Amino acid sequence: MKLRSILATDCGSTTTKAILIEYVDGEYRLTYRGEAPTTVEAPFEDVTRGVLNAAMEVEELSGRKILDDDSIITPQKGDSGVDIYISTSSAGGGLQMMVAGVVKSMSGESAERAALGAGSIVMDVLASNDGRKPHEKITRIRQLRPDMILLSGGVDGGTTKHVVELAEILAAANPQPRLGQDYKLPVIYAGNNKATSDIEKTLSDLTDLDVTENIRPVLEKENLKPSRDKIHDLFMEHVMQQAPGYKKLMSWTDAPIMPTPGAVGALIEMVAKKENISVVGVDIGGATTDIFSVFQEQFNRTVSANLGMSYSICNVLAEASLSNVLRWVPFDIDEKELTNRIGNKMIRPTTVPQSLEELVIEQAIAREALRLSFVQHKAFAVNLKGVQKERTISDAFEQSDSGQSLVDMMELDLIVGSGGVLSHAPRREQSAKMLIDSFLPEGITSLAVDSIFMMPQLGVMANIDKKSIAEEARVAALEVFEKDCLIRLGTCIAPVGSMSKSEVPLKINLEFKNGEKKSINLQSGELIRVEVGYEEVKAELIPAKGINVGAGKGEKIDTIIFGGQVGLIFDGRGRPLDVGSDPSVRISNLKKWASALNEYPELKE
Amino acid sequence: MAHSYTPGLKVLKNTKILKERRLPLKGSVSASIGSEVRPDEIIARTDLPGNVQMVNVANLLNVDASDVKQVMLMDTGSKIDKNDLLAETKGLFGFFKSNVKSPVAGTIESISDVTGQVVIREAPLPVEIDAYIQGSVDQIIENEGVVIKSKGAFIQGIFGVGGESRGKIKVLASSRDSELTAEMITSDHEGMILVGGNFISLDAYKKALACNVAGVVVGGFNYYDLEEVLGYTLGVAITGSEDLVTSLVVTEGYGKIQMGQQTYDLLSESNGRLASINGATQIRAGVIRPEIIIPISDASKNGNENKAEKTTGMTDGSTVRVIRSPNFGKIGIVKELPAELRKMESETMVRVAIIDIDGKQFEVPRSNLEVVEID
Repeated sequence: MKLRSILATDCGSTTTKAILIEYVDGEYRLTYRGEAPTTVEAPFEDVTRGVLNAAMEVEELSGRKILDDDSIITPQKGDSGVDIYISTSSAGGGLQMMVAGVVKSMSGESAERAALGAGSIVMDVLASNDGRKPHEKITRIRQLRPDMILLSGGVDGGTTKHVVELAEILAAANPQPRLGQDYKLPVIYAGNNKATSDIEKTLSDLTDLDVTENIRPVLEKENLKPSRDKIHDLFMEHVMQQAPGYKKLMSWTDAPIMPTPGAVGALIEMVAKKENISVVGVDIGGATTDIFSVFQEQFNRTVSANLGMSYSICNVLAEASLSNVLRWVPFDIDEKELTNRIGNKMIRPTTVPQSLEELVIEQAIAREALRLSFVQHKAFAVNLKGVQKERTISDAFEQSDSGQSLVDMMELDLIVGSGGVLSHAPRREQSAKMLIDSFLPEGITSLAVDSIFMMPQLGVMANIDKKSIAEEARVAALEVFEKDCLIRLGTCIAPVGSMSKSEVPLKINLEFKNGEKKSINLQSGELIRVEVGYEEVKAELIPAKGINVGAGKGEKIDTIIFGGQVGLIFDGRGRPLDVGSDPSVRISNLKKWASALNEYPELKE
Repeated sequence: MAHSYTPGLKVLKNTKILKERRLPLKGSVSASIGSEVRPDEIIARTDLPGNVQMVNVANLLNVDASDVKQVMLMDTGSKIDKNDLLAETKGLFGFFKSNVKSPVAGTIESISDVTGQVVIREAPLPVEIDAYIQGSVDQIIENEGVVIKSKGAFIQGIFGVGGESRGKIKVLASSRDSELTAEMITSDHEGMILVGGNFISLDAYKKALACNVAGVVVGGFNYYDLEEVLGYTLGVAITGSEDLVTSLVVTEGYGKIQMGQQTYDLLSESNGRLASINGATQIRAGVIRPEIIIPISDASKNGNENKAEKTTGMTDGSTVRVIRSPNFGKIGIVKELPAELRKMESETMVRVAIIDIDGKQFEVPRSNLEVVEID
């Protein structure tokens, strides 16, 4: 059954965004969008108010009647209402969890992966071997007040002592939920099945205990799905029930409300699978930066809780250091004044850069926030699957200490950026350059940004369980993702190797759709842009000896690449990228590269 | 009339102030509705559960966890003192006994026969909450706290450190554009709330700490000096729990920025009056700004009371403050709020306001303006 219309909302901490998708001329397209302030907090304290306001904006813009007396009309009747309504939510700080495992690098890591994959923020990972004394763990649990706890540990049938010990620590701490004093904290137990009765004895009176399948039933197998599903269920049943207005909202939706990052992750996972590609997705917000990746068919998500562009902008400065931020600034600036300016952005987070200088500084900080978040992601996305995987015992022991990162920049096919600083940069060239400078892609990599951050809504659409609409909603989600969500910036081609040793590290022969041909000799330290829209370009890439552009050192590649709003970007700056330590060299390099991409036209070379 | 919602900081001369005073856990409330309270009067108290110590008796005595109950000398629920015998093995013919002593005084909460752990809970920690401001009890939140009502001046700062404090206001700066220097602060200012103009340096703030000054209110402070005050780099603006004798409230921002005219005038008028100050700041969803509350005593309650605490947003004629460079810190009057998006120097397309600053007109993004709420 074709769906005629879909209304989807994403209730964020500050803004509720609504999109209307309609089936027009044989395809699903995003037709209208609206937004309104989120109304979870006083004086409204009812999330549905913001949803209705956002939907009302869509109603006004589209001329279609969607609302009837403070409710959404479903299914569509004639030209009124929509066939389905769905929503995601990260309002009120999202889902905040604490996880516990016996061995930090094994069950602890698996529990963390399950919680992150479900879209939560992991406040802390407790483990028997984390070096903290029991009373320190207890103090920590009390301080944090999570929304939910996931407890794991031990293989099925193995020793129960350690995981029960963790449960005793939880019981002694008697953790209180963050929202409301009148309900018990949900705890999910996903550990050794032999310990279940002892865990129940220890925790069932104090907490709302739910038992699910073991996250690590045997040492060499990771089983995350039952825990992820349970987290989603409890998020709906408990946490959302406490948030103002959510009970009403849940009664409106045709599918369970998903935590926003969980929905984004689900979409990225699906796109990677469908296209059989490796993807990195990033959402840089005011407080946090989320990174999602799929490499070797394995999905991973990390949240860098305090790397954001407004609320936590000073933390980016603290973690990256001033000199690392300054290396992206192509002019001299008083360092102390700069720290005050960044501090002022933190305390007045909604301000926007009015002058070019302010914009350049903000984008310099964004590069560092993205870079640091990606460093954290690479360290977490190690060789352990997000779904069940058979492995030998020797592999299992290797998993964390010597676990290789799954992130392989040469293998990476697509980077999708979202979040204000990337999606709303005044020039698309700036978005592309920020992505390249911070992620440092190698070989051939497509670049895109999410135009209005609609990945959350599309993610929940793609994951509807109701059989009658599931398939069609999935088709609609993927069509809209492809046609309306992504803004194709172009392709970055970055050879790696000893660049300075070759006179011409990469020779490029291009053939465009109109038959026009172009040859380029990319030199070391050079950045070249070829303006071409989102169309096929035949490319012959001939690296010099010792230089790799994807097929191995010195190996030529014949391929098809795509342009975009920025075009093709040939990056001869080498990896790792050295901008120059001497200020005058640095400033000259930055200006040269900015000029090549027409990044800041007003900035004189 | 064109209209825009931009939250601003409140600078109210005479307004109704409601303060919720809530316990972290349920407890008992000692105040009654309508009663007059002093700032330091305790209005509610509770006991936080005591700290917990875990002693693994099975490991320490080298016995099976299932046998721990047999070696225990105390049962669940028993009170125990520090170094009291907790458990003891029978030994061999009464000799070679091993024992475990309690590391703390407390109550035995549980004895596990799975892990061999004994949980000892220390005595509860009493927590009391005071009224914080002078006023009367308006509402009782059963078992949790009260809402105190008062009337007076209410000033919000942009950022602060240090928790709740109180003292008499002493204006030291000669103008809103002059600096509060270390030389101006003396031991005579102990327990007072000092008002400066555009800036306080780290040295001057340290002097205030040394002189046990209750609070400092100034226009600006250096972000990079915070590290020395706090002992860590402030990455996220969540403060209030610092153990500082002198709470600091910054009204404008980081750097040297003249204090808003209304703020300075109101503080000057309040010179010598008792005020409550709180540096606690939280800039996240559910924003908390630092504040200065100056209740009006009964004798002077005839001020023109602010009708309602409503936020009307920005309209033509609103007084606004520029909160990002260029013109950061300057106060202007809104002349026009054009509906269409305008391109800034940064090429960002934004909705703007045309404002008048000292007779000159400027186009400023609306999100870079803050309405100065005055009464």
